[in-house]
Amino acid sequence: MEHIVIIGNGISGVTAARHIRKHSSKKITIISAETDYFFSRTALMYVYMGHMAFEHTQPYENDFWKNNNIALVKGFVKTIDTEAKTLRFESGDSLKYDKLIIATGSKSNKFGWPGQDLQGVFGMYHKQDLEALEQFAPNNTICKRAVIVGGGLIGIELAEMLASRNIPVTFLVRESSFWNGVLPNGESQMINRHIKSHHIDLRLSCNLKEIKSDENGRAKSVIIEETGEEIACNVVGLTAGVTPNIAFVKSSSIETNRGVLVNRFLETNIPDVYAIGDCAEQRDPIGNRRPVEAVWYTGRMMGEIVAQTICGNRIPYNPGHWFNSAKFFDIEYQTYGWVFAKPKENHAHFHWKHEDDTKCITIEYNTLTNEFIGINTFGIRMRHEVFNTWLNEKRDVDYVIDHLSEANFDPEFYTRFEEDIKTTYKNQMQNI
Amino acid sequence: MNHRLQESMSLAKPDAKDLTGKQKVSLFIGILGLFILALALFNINLPNQGLVLFFALGCIAVGIVLFSNDAYLNKSKGIKNDAVWFKSISSRGVLGWATGIVLTSFYIVLYFFPQLLGLGKNGVSNTGLIALFDPLSNLLSGRPASQWFVYGSLYTIAILFFGYKFILKYRHNRYQQLRTGSVMFFQLGFAFLIPEFMYRLNSNLPYYDLKSIWPLNYYIFDEWSVKGFLSNGNLGLALIVFGLLSIFVITPILTYKFGKRWYCSWVCGCGGLAETAGDSFRQLSSKKLSAWKLERWLIHTVLVFSVVMTTAMIYSYLGYDSNKFWLTKNLFIGLVIGFLTILFLAVMIFKRNELGKDVKYGAIGYFVVIGLLLIMHFTGTTNEVFFIKGSTLRSAYGLYIGSIFSGVIGTGFYPILGNRVWCRFGCPMAAILGFQQRLFSKFRITTNGGQCISCGNCSTYCEMGIDVRSYAQKGQNIVRSSCVGCGVCSAVCPRGVLKLENGSVKGRINSNDVLLGNNVNLIDLLKR
Ligand SMILES: Cc1cc2nc3c(=O)[nH]c(=O)nc-3n(C[C@H](O)[C@H](O)[C@H](O)COP(=O)(O)OP(=O)(O)OC[C@H]3O[C@@H](n4cnc5c(N)ncnc54)[C@H](O)[C@@H]3O)c2cc1C
Ligand code: SF4
Ligand code: SF4
Repeated sequence: MEHIVIIGNGISGVTAARHIRKHSSKKITIISAETDYFFSRTALMYVYMGHMAFEHTQPYENDFWKNNNIALVKGFVKTIDTEAKTLRFESGDSLKYDKLIIATGSKSNKFGWPGQDLQGVFGMYHKQDLEALEQFAPNNTICKRAVIVGGGLIGIELAEMLASRNIPVTFLVRESSFWNGVLPNGESQMINRHIKSHHIDLRLSCNLKEIKSDENGRAKSVIIEETGEEIACNVVGLTAGVTPNIAFVKSSSIETNRGVLVNRFLETNIPDVYAIGDCAEQRDPIGNRRPVEAVWYTGRMMGEIVAQTICGNRIPYNPGHWFNSAKFFDIEYQTYGWVFAKPKENHAHFHWKHEDDTKCITIEYNTLTNEFIGINTFGIRMRHEVFNTWLNEKRDVDYVIDHLSEANFDPEFYTRFEEDIKTTYKNQMQNI
Repeated sequence: MNHRLQESMSLAKPDAKDLTGKQKVSLFIGILGLFILALALFNINLPNQGLVLFFALGCIAVGIVLFSNDAYLNKSKGIKNDAVWFKSISSRGVLGWATGIVLTSFYIVLYFFPQLLGLGKNGVSNTGLIALFDPLSNLLSGRPASQWFVYGSLYTIAILFFGYKFILKYRHNRYQQLRTGSVMFFQLGFAFLIPEFMYRLNSNLPYYDLKSIWPLNYYIFDEWSVKGFLSNGNLGLALIVFGLLSIFVITPILTYKFGKRWYCSWVCGCGGLAETAGDSFRQLSSKKLSAWKLERWLIHTVLVFSVVMTTAMIYSYLGYDSNKFWLTKNLFIGLVIGFLTILFLAVMIFKRNELGKDVKYGAIGYFVVIGLLLIMHFTGTTNEVFFIKGSTLRSAYGLYIGSIFSGVIGTGFYPILGNRVWCRFGCPMAAILGFQQRLFSKFRITTNGGQCISCGNCSTYCEMGIDVRSYAQKGQNIVRSSCVGCGVCSAVCPRGVLKLENGSVKGRINSNDVLLGNNVNLIDLLKR
């Protein structure tokens, strides 16, 4: 029987395994060095905040794997021998495969800062990071201040986590405004204010120069590049993005760049070896998408597709319209289609913000054809399906504004803002 | 490592989340109120009972209000479940167990030893705790208090003031506020005040909480109750007709339009207590598949029991002679069997697909009921059904289901098994409404395409133990008979994935065309 081995028990590897099982009775083994069972990485923050116990982040009961005849192996893969189709583990064991799926995800970026490997300095990616955080920042007497380096989605989650235990946080953001490489200015500014309203010491346009150590090799302060200011702290969170976790692949004949290079069928240069999820890098970019996409949804889609291919139905990875979501403290964010930080050529933005400063939307559209390109929505839930349809139908921006209420997904009885948005839109159009 | 982490996290003390000074004071005030009630319990003679009662209840109310203000008003609006799994009370810690034991003991005393609370029987006046409530009872209905009046008063206070807490907690969420306002209104008006006033108007009428519908209100068709209504002219007749309409007309229509939530989360008193005083325990419900299996067997067994029991009760006081009263034993049993058969056939013919694998269980349930009724009919005598006295059957139901299940386990075990144990495993009304919701309702929880990140907040906070995530991560809508439509899964979801809706019945269960983000239709591919 063909043996499919998957390295990585994250969303992409597990989705692949589940779908291979759905379509076939091949032998399946999932390897992970991190945890015994699949858990939802996106929920790590809620464990530290006490919203959930760790076991609640596991989407399947523990006997699911046995019931579905999926073998789980805990261990760290050190090398891949593609000639002998064999994996070698750090422990010295080895495992033969017929087909291999690399789904090893990401690791936190470290840019060579002095002191980045001190105790009390860690990223926020793996379960082990959560455990380190619990050890170094259990409360605000042991951790008097934490410094977070890097203003992205994980950084702001870490800020919220620490704030939930009343630990003072200094948040160093390299950009002049939070996440403004992705968010248009109005939104980014609103989030700046929201972060500060949660008593986070937000430092914009600030880079980390170094982390200083105390006599025991523990972080005791950070120095800011621009001002030379020293900030005393007990914990430093490094959240300046992630990179594919593929160091162990480099010694094999599998071609890599930032990630493991794959074609549209998620195949690497070596037959019978595939890569999916955060660690895969597309040779040919797909539309506006980046070659490495470190998001949950793409990992899930790639898992489904690679399962098809492995089960004899070779189909290309063909993600639909871009969508994503996040939450910034109390403000939910969703996006459908493309909204760029600065409108692309021949594009413009329509921006509406509610006076309470927690809700806004931005629509990007083409100024020549009026085609609707995408929407960012903050504090108002919208329907994925409706926007997907409108993007397929290439609706124009007027249509979208007029029919916005069909896309509303807020709970019943919530105040609605479609009329207000419409009026703002009409007024802005008249002024142009 | 894993173990260590769990351990350090479940201890209440070493964590940062201690009570604030204001919260401690509020807690003290609230406990003072309870303490005064406890003093009364031990028959310590308190002067000026009316004032003392007012003071004690006032302390409880003020304590809860101040605590809630401090807990929520200092924070920004939004989901604030911080430290729920660190606090002893809400994570089955020492405090949780202690509270469970105290509540359970209270229920045991209330149901089985009311004299310990000071109930005076046979005209002897009340003492202790119950006597303390005499002034309030006299004020409302003009009679001395009973253990049920004491219980009702405390119950109402719990719903009102923990309801206030809940409204603050969800002050960003209008759905939560409105439905909580609604259960507060129904509890105060319909369950507490109106029956007392009705007694004042007409002291012969049986206690009737208009919103309590059979089979939840299992005693409404008891002989004493029916006689009580019928001997009271038009008002009594109107009430009993209303009771029948509630079951056979109002309930199905509302459930069709809104799902069972119209009752379970907006009207019902058991649900009301669960959602307010029980809110801190919703995360304790078991999400295991095995719990779901147990739930389906238990709740439907209770339903079968209550249908048979009620039929037997009515049967036992009907006569054989149609000249005396048109409804005879024979006619009645024929009507019940006929009704159940029509219902059963209609479901089997029109709704077979929706039922799926459950067809088998539905059929088993039906034949068990019919079988039992036939046995009863052919072996029954004037006062015996199933060879036991009809009234014994009725008291068994009252004891095991009405008291032990719904009260002692259902509420006493809040801090151990979660706040909807009764609603989930035992309530026959929930079983009927759930059946309607599953088969004939516009209600569903819509999943927002591919946006789910499988975080698990929804499943964790579903008080009915529904593994919401297992549907959401596949992009499927949630149509489950047990869902009470509390809307908390939707509220806690950090990605805006869930929406409670009433829409068209067609396409309610959307498993064939889910949108997860891929541009290929995997289902089509499979069919190829
Ligand atoms: C805190 C946080 C919040 C996030 N929130 C969101 C969000 O809201 N929305 C969103 O879209 N995305 C979010 N993401 C990103 C998302 O979690 C990732 O894109 C996704 O988990 C990647 O899945 P994966 O299966 O590719 O890899 P992973 O989940 O990283 O799984 C890879 C597994 O492989 C193991 N592994 C690696 N190398 C080896 C080896 N050599 N031997 C054995 N095992 C190995 C790793 O230990 C790991 O367990 C978040 C990420 C983090 C860290
Ligand atoms: S599924 Fe959602 S709405 Fe239904 S009972 Fe559970 S939490 Fe409440
Ligand atoms: S539906 Fe929402 S709360 Fe539930 S698992 Fe998905 S993202 Fe989390």
